[in-house]
Amino acid sequence: MPKISGLKKVLVIGSGPIVIGQAAEFDYAGTQACQALKEEGVEVVLLNSNPATIMTDTHMASRVYLEPLTPEVVAEIIKKEKPQGLLATLGGQVGLNLAMVLAREGILEQEGVKLLGTSLEAIEKAEDRERFKETMNEIGEPVPESAIVSSVEEALHFAEEIAYPVIVRPGYTLGGTGGGVATNQAELEEIASKGLKYSMNKQLLIERSVAGWKEIEFEVMRDGQDNCITICSMENIDPVGIHTGDSIVVAPTQTLSDQDYQMLRSGALKIIRALGIEGGCNVQYALDPQSSQYYVIEVNPRVSRSSALASKATGYPIAKVTTKIALGYTLAEIPNSVTGNTSACFEPTLDYVVVKVPRWPFDKFATAGRTLGSQMKATGEVMALGRTFSSALLKAIHSLEMNFVSLIVPEFERFSWSELWQKLEAADDERIFAIAECIRRGVSIEQIHQITGIDLFFLDNIAEIINLGLHLTQKKEWELDDWILAKKGGFSDFELAHFKGVTEEEIRQERKRLGVLPVYRMVDTCAGEFEAATPYYYSSYGEENEFQPSTKARVVVLGSGPIRIGQGIEFDYCSVHSSWAIKENDYESIVINNNPETVSTDPDTSSRLYFEPLILENVLDVIEAEKPLGVVVQFGGQTAINLAKPLAERGIAILGTSVDDIDRAEDREKFDALLEELQINRPRGSMAYSHHEAKRIAQSLGFPVLVRPSYVLGGRAMEIVYSEEELTNYLEEAVRVSREHPVLVDRYVLGKEVEVDAICDGERVLIPGIMEHLERAGVHSGDSIAIYPPQTLEQKTIDTVLDYTERIALKLQVKGLLNIQFVLQGEKVYVIEVNPRASRTVPILSKVTGVPMVKLATTIMLGKSLEEQGYAGGYLPPKNLTAIKMPVFSFNKLTNVEPSLGPEMKSTGEVLGLADDFSMALSKAFIAGGYKIPQQGEILATIADKDKEEALPLLRSFAELGFTIWATGGTAAFLEQKGVPVRKVGKLHEGSPHVVDLIRSGSLGFVINSLTKGKQPMRDGFQIRRAAVEFNIPCLTSLDTVGGLLSVIRQSKERELTVKPLQDYLQSL
Amino acid sequence: MKAYLCLQDGKIFAGKAIGIVGEAVGEVVYYTGMTGYQEIITDPCSEGQIIVFTYPLIGNCGVNSVDEESSGARAKGIVIKELSSNPSNYRAKENLHKYLVSQGLVGITDIDTRALTKHLRRHGTMMGLISMEDNLTELVKKAKELSVNNGEQQLVKKVTTKETVTFPEGQYPVVVIDLGTKKSLLRALRARDCRVTLVGAATGAEEILNYQPQGVVLSNGPGNPEDVEDVLPVIKKILQLNIPVLGIGLGHLLLGKALGGTVYRLQSGHRGNYPVKEIKTGRVYQTSQNHDYVLRDDSFFADEVEITLRNLHDQSVEGIRHKMTGSYSVQFNPEGCPGPREAEVFLDEFVEMVKGNQLGGGKGCLKYQD
Repeated sequence: MPKISGLKKVLVIGSGPIVIGQAAEFDYAGTQACQALKEEGVEVVLLNSNPATIMTDTHMASRVYLEPLTPEVVAEIIKKEKPQGLLATLGGQVGLNLAMVLAREGILEQEGVKLLGTSLEAIEKAEDRERFKETMNEIGEPVPESAIVSSVEEALHFAEEIAYPVIVRPGYTLGGTGGGVATNQAELEEIASKGLKYSMNKQLLIERSVAGWKEIEFEVMRDGQDNCITICSMENIDPVGIHTGDSIVVAPTQTLSDQDYQMLRSGALKIIRALGIEGGCNVQYALDPQSSQYYVIEVNPRVSRSSALASKATGYPIAKVTTKIALGYTLAEIPNSVTGNTSACFEPTLDYVVVKVPRWPFDKFATAGRTLGSQMKATGEVMALGRTFSSALLKAIHSLEMNFVSLIVPEFERFSWSELWQKLEAADDERIFAIAECIRRGVSIEQIHQITGIDLFFLDNIAEIINLGLHLTQKKEWELDDWILAKKGGFSDFELAHFKGVTEEEIRQERKRLGVLPVYRMVDTCAGEFEAATPYYYSSYGEENEFQPSTKARVVVLGSGPIRIGQGIEFDYCSVHSSWAIKENDYESIVINNNPETVSTDPDTSSRLYFEPLILENVLDVIEAEKPLGVVVQFGGQTAINLAKPLAERGIAILGTSVDDIDRAEDREKFDALLEELQINRPRGSMAYSHHEAKRIAQSLGFPVLVRPSYVLGGRAMEIVYSEEELTNYLEEAVRVSREHPVLVDRYVLGKEVEVDAICDGERVLIPGIMEHLERAGVHSGDSIAIYPPQTLEQKTIDTVLDYTERIALKLQVKGLLNIQFVLQGEKVYVIEVNPRASRTVPILSKVTGVPMVKLATTIMLGKSLEEQGYAGGYLPPKNLTAIKMPVFSFNKLTNVEPSLGPEMKSTGEVLGLADDFSMALSKAFIAGGYKIPQQGEILATIADKDKEEALPLLRSFAELGFTIWATGGTAAFLEQKGVPVRKVGKLHEGSPHVVDLIRSGSLGFVINSLTKGKQPMRDGFQIRRAAVEFNIPCLTSLDTVGGLLSVIRQSKERELTVKPLQDYLQSL
Repeated sequence: MKAYLCLQDGKIFAGKAIGIVGEAVGEVVYYTGMTGYQEIITDPCSEGQIIVFTYPLIGNCGVNSVDEESSGARAKGIVIKELSSNPSNYRAKENLHKYLVSQGLVGITDIDTRALTKHLRRHGTMMGLISMEDNLTELVKKAKELSVNNGEQQLVKKVTTKETVTFPEGQYPVVVIDLGTKKSLLRALRARDCRVTLVGAATGAEEILNYQPQGVVLSNGPGNPEDVEDVLPVIKKILQLNIPVLGIGLGHLLLGKALGGTVYRLQSGHRGNYPVKEIKTGRVYQTSQNHDYVLRDDSFFADEVEITLRNLHDQSVEGIRHKMTGSYSVQFNPEGCPGPREAEVFLDEFVEMVKGNQLGGGKGCLKYQD
């Protein structure tokens, strides 16, 4: 029972799609909130547009609204559901902003909804820079000299007063979008004008730069009775200047004496009290390394990415406790769930070191600017725990799955000193490896400190890692002590194999023979002082094992590691459901994962959690300790699937589809043979081992062809090439073809894409739904708008798709999940890809069909057939609803990235548009995806010649709807000739005012830019797309998407948007 | 060099020697705070102890002259997981290892401090010794023969000031009875405008009254309060004269005893940061602690003593107040050092009483008599 009387129903707002700066941490927070509310008997109404989340499951809330996160929608839901309370501090900045709008507009008051937890007043005090500054001045907490400006001129004026460098921070943005450090007037002009565009309140903060100081964070909590505690302190290895989301972070602080620590802790408590926050809060400081002078740089009056990290780092469930505080409990009244018998009103004490390393998308975006600064660029992060700093750091590096063997990267050994210097100075994502290489060469840590500002403590520790590596490389015969030293230091078997010139397996065998085995240590919030009940472990060497063998049968679920493009939160969703299903089947579930943001790494999700790298060594170690019945690999994305074979080779039981059958789907030649046998078509093509061969194959297939290296998955470096010249370019620049690294050359079938997720028990195949893509093939399925149920497919085609799915599933003896992607051309159905695992669309299909897909699949793996679970198999008739998945991109966070869509995936997240009919669902999808649907106004169209005819009816319709169409030379002439009214704007080389000026003017509703053939980025095209992205104007590069938007605009003229909870859709079957 | 920590129950932990080569005997206790190793090593409460740090990385900030809580190390030895030899802090004067050597302290590193902590938690604080001798049978034998505090009963005698010291600045005269006070407590009082006179533990009431104190502080200190019972009549006398008394740590236990209380020993002590709840307000303070003994519930003169604070974890008594005079005491270190400083309000409150005592002619505690 909540302490606040009359609280029966509470609305929880989620954070929407995953974008850079706002990732899975809010699903973790929101899920904890829902659970905590339910624990108190409160009915939960949930709003989130992100379908890949656990929080939007129908069992998390009694009313789940998968609707766009707009004030209108929230107001609608409030009117409909009449909740007594609104919980908005767990849905990131998005949730907080919504709550503020509703409160300001008086809707909360009008509907009698209480804002739970932190009050509006407190939020505004923390978020409004001027008021924040005032408050800090009142309590004597120093903030850097700063001014709020609303024009570039003002910014320049103030910067002259306080002297450069200055930091520019736009008001109310995600992850500091549009901010930066300006060291001179020209830079300030550029950053300030961009920042103004992004700022929600059209204000900028210009601030004295404290770049180079230590960056320290405190996670603080306060209850309604003014009790305050700090949960965790964190120290960024990268000094102030790099966004904390892009910094390597250590918890607790390492280089602060008690005096400095308590000074900052006391400050944090003073701040949270002065602001009046109730719940979790994050305080960021800059601390002068040469004195005890400090500045408060930022306060987040809500649960944040840092609180998810702090929760996992300490074991303290910040979101859960924040929720209970919002219900009126004091910290002392809330039990500590880790120990079970102490209270939540305490400060966790750690007896290990935690290191977080960000995961950046630069492997996907090779051209992106990699320099780190105040704009966050990472998509995800990994965390590792160790009893020493070096072991935690190295484990985190291994967890990145970036093929880093260690801190020493072979290609860096070839760098010149000036190249390394540059990397140190510019601070990009690889700086830590550049540091390692410098140390290896004998550069002093003092000099590296001078260049990077990184504390000598950390550099010294890195140097010790390098020196231990050198010692091990030079020593021929290792004694037992050397082995133990290496493993205590965090060196992987893989790296030791590299030192010794033997295989990883040989190292493993030798290590085991010597008895050098990992032990597992518990995360207990109290450094062993109290008996703890948490089932949360990390590995260590040379110490006592705290692992308690269980007598119950158990199953391991491999998670999916850090969030990256192509492997997002949806796999965490699947891992969580698999863990739950295992428990429901009366087994213990054991989760291995390393992503601190997620629900799967909440110790409550599994019977036991191991926070470990998802590489063979660490996974095998856990398996050998736990001795499970088997391992589930289907839900952890490619990370887990890639481990299936090596695990099976070592005699570990892989549950579900066998490794041989997985291989038959993944190995190109075996897969071709399989389809041949089944007489199922796939786009023709073959493997080329040389440039010459590639050309020959392309010629015989006819252009365009789809080319990609055979050794990378997930569409990386995949391209459609339209001519021999482009093929040559591709082979020379993007991918080097060789005997060891062949290239696949396939015919590019231009047609409609369809995908199917199926569940098979080896005998029956259950197909919950088919999804049709709005964009034709050529756009990666993860970047396509996908529609359930299909809208344009003929029955005959559907039948063929179902037939193929069943036959492939049965032939592959699938036990569990299967995803197949098809392309349709005329009457022909081609199979493009078969994934013998959970796909990105599983959460969506599970939600909208009501079929618990992961649970069924997991239970099949545990030996129960579909029939035994009450499912007959076959294709389930489509539900009476339309669900449309809309990809969401983070292009505005990254510089120099090509925003046009192609076969390589680029989106970071997704939203769902859910409605009774197609056009309403599409409207919602667009709105939820962040599009503002213009009713009229100006648009820009620059259409490639090949697309002009196709674009004509679309553009004509826009003109008829009253839009003013701007176009550059060719397109304008074409439209004029066809009698469509158009205004001409100059190309870049034609001088100002040109097309980019037009975009910058801010008058455009959206931009249609179709790609010229191939990928050679036309300077203008690229500039146009980038300008649109940077000024937050939707840029559509596929005419199919344009068609969709057109129908949405038409529809929005006719109908109001209505809301309906998922439960109602599923009931009215 | 190899080194061993051998506990009285025969359990051995092997590691590497740090500090001087030699032998250390002491009570093995664990400290769970993550910062403040220098303060703990120099805290007079650590007299006679071998301190186990549960946080694994120790020495990161080196050692400086300001963070000393007494003139030099008080602990007998330290037990850690990993020593930082290259400290990085602008105040650092030298690294921890060098400091240990200069203080003649024996230490041991590369120890599974978590396993050791859990062992002490389960089996209770016990004596132990750090040794570099390889004859383990001999070591165990020796450890098993150890007696409490190595036979030394009078820890306070070792740490109390040998002479009376008056710090001249400050307006309000306060006498601190030094049972093993930390420098930071004196600093905190002086910062509050108190003219502090530090007297030895054996100082009689008359001498104390000669300083015309407006308040008397019974400081923190090491060991068992039973060893310092000579102070009890002094305390009673001061209470009778209605001079405000603040007891801290050992001083708190003694005030309790003076008011009829008895003490008992905790299984494995409280060293680190602990939540303490103020009964009247429900307010919780995170406090800095370093003690083994606590006052027994309901052991006081019922009509004279009120329990004001309790430990949120184990409900043990953390603060009492003498109803008649308003004098009070707390089990923790309100000045922190190391640890949270939010409990400084308990110093502020005392200093307010001291100031009021001057104004009200000895009746400064009126507001506590409601």
